[in-house]
Amino acid sequence: MALSVDEAVSTGPARDHAPPSRRFGGRGRAVLEVALLTVLAVVMLFPVLWMIETSIKENRDVYAIPAKFFDFKVTMEHFKDVFVASGGGRSTLSASFLNSVLVAGVSTALATVLGVPAAWAYSRFSVKAKKDQLFFILSTRFMPPVVVVIPIFLMYRQVGLIDTKLGLILIYTAFNVPFTIWMMKGFVDEVPAEYEDAAMLDGYTRLQAFWRFTLPLLLPGIAATAVFALIFSWNEFVFAIFLTSSDDVRTAPPAIAGLIGGTTVDWGLVAAASVVFALPVLVFAYLVRKHLVAGVTLGAVRR
Amino acid sequence: MSDSAPLTTDHPGQVASATPPAPGRSSRLSDRGLAVAFTSPALLLLLAMSVFPLLWALYLSFTDYSATRGGTAQFLWFENYTAILTSPQVHQRALTTLIYVAGAVTLQTVLGFTIAYLISRRTHGRGLLTTLFLVPMMLSPVVVGLFWRFMLDAQFGVINSMLGSLGLGQVEWLTRQRTALISLILVDTWQWTPFIMLIALAGLTAVPKYLYEAAAIDRASQWFQFRTITLPLVWPLLLIAVLFRAIEAFRLFDLVYILTSGGPGVSTETLSFHVYKVAFLGFNTGTASAYGILMVLVVIVLTQLYLRYLNKLKED
Repeated sequence: MALSVDEAVSTGPARDHAPPSRRFGGRGRAVLEVALLTVLAVVMLFPVLWMIETSIKENRDVYAIPAKFFDFKVTMEHFKDVFVASGGGRSTLSASFLNSVLVAGVSTALATVLGVPAAWAYSRFSVKAKKDQLFFILSTRFMPPVVVVIPIFLMYRQVGLIDTKLGLILIYTAFNVPFTIWMMKGFVDEVPAEYEDAAMLDGYTRLQAFWRFTLPLLLPGIAATAVFALIFSWNEFVFAIFLTSSDDVRTAPPAIAGLIGGTTVDWGLVAAASVVFALPVLVFAYLVRKHLVAGVTLGAVRR
Repeated sequence: MSDSAPLTTDHPGQVASATPPAPGRSSRLSDRGLAVAFTSPALLLLLAMSVFPLLWALYLSFTDYSATRGGTAQFLWFENYTAILTSPQVHQRALTTLIYVAGAVTLQTVLGFTIAYLISRRTHGRGLLTTLFLVPMMLSPVVVGLFWRFMLDAQFGVINSMLGSLGLGQVEWLTRQRTALISLILVDTWQWTPFIMLIALAGLTAVPKYLYEAAAIDRASQWFQFRTITLPLVWPLLLIAVLFRAIEAFRLFDLVYILTSGGPGVSTETLSFHVYKVAFLGFNTGTASAYGILMVLVVIVLTQLYLRYLNKLKED
């Protein structure tokens, strides 16, 4: 980090360098770059491939020393174990997946309902101390979860929200609202306010103008924002593990983490559960790839 | 509903003359009402779920309250704060956190920027490459932590297996004091290098082509172009990404919890993890609250810095 600062600042004396002859450059350099890129891509992707491989390996091969990369028996047993309990019937893991769908879905819907109108209002009207309000909203999202969870835990214990899905939904909504507002404000800013002015000249009220003309134009943005909120809630772990304990409330992240609690760990099952858990996220992330920069910076950076 | 939209908005001028504009005063009043009605539900939720809990934690931080003992809390004023700020235990955790944040963020920045730079120089397959590189970032820290724990296992982990077949010695990645912190930094780097890469790539592709063309005409070297064109133009955006990562790394909890649980010993206990131990294993809620408030102060300072740079970037 510090190194790059120095480089950025000391651009002055570079003119002394004579431009080196570029006869060698060109192709040799390009090959080198491609090779480097390939190596980096393999390193970055290997763990993911290894996870997928482990999830379809027989237990014997999972613990093989040295590790087996290609010649292993393929089995779907681990995936079956994710969904079906050993005695038949639904496994606790599959119940936790359903809980995750419910909690992430409802909290995302709530955050959208609360966040989109707020984003529109912040974009269109001159609200008092607008900048401060927006900064305050974003900074609530930056609070360390371990710190926030202490008073939330006490608060929930007081009102009986500990170990309930409603409790999780509320806290997830609260951390998705700042994101939704920042992300959506960017989308609203892109829709010219003149559309609404024109509609109001036609006799529509401001609210009708928003509802009938701006909102339909915002739908793609709302969809992208909701997908990110869904991913954030789906992946969330800290609140889930401290605020829930029973199997019928617990979401998937703490349930998967719970698989390594015992004396022996069934890594094939862990891998299969992780694959099932991660797959929807990757699909959704691919759908919103155009908005990734804005999404992962909580709507702060837009390019 | 949406059918009528293009009809009216395409010809605002023609229709405008038909209906007189609403009187300015009343419409402005209703605008204000609408703004309040639309922003207050979100703000109220944030007040209830973020601000109120933090204020409660602030109150608790001045007391000796314990979540398990219950009963009335004694007011201690700043005793908790002085206890934390003078505790050698906390100093050690702060150092661990500093090493972790600095190490991970530096590695991510260097690697992420390198990858972005290499990708930006390719003309074919950029979209596919970017998508592939982004996979680690989208995974839950739980999945990442669990899986690396498996891969770094000293006995049957694939990393040691590969080291073995290369003829290198085995490394006890997660069970030795020094290597455990390095492992934590490496895993975090693996997950978040794509983040820096993504932002850097956004910055790199926004650099206007004609600057390079002009430089090429002047026969400026690649290195010179990089230093005088690429870096200065990408740096502001990169700084935002770096600060963002620093805040995230500072508040990180889940990866530590899954990967090492702070061990071996206390070698990978970051401040976040220590707060958790004080609050949920020691049940010193008052002390933990004071600890948490101090962490919040650090985050607020970092966030202010982040938002200031963000503002500067937006104004340019």
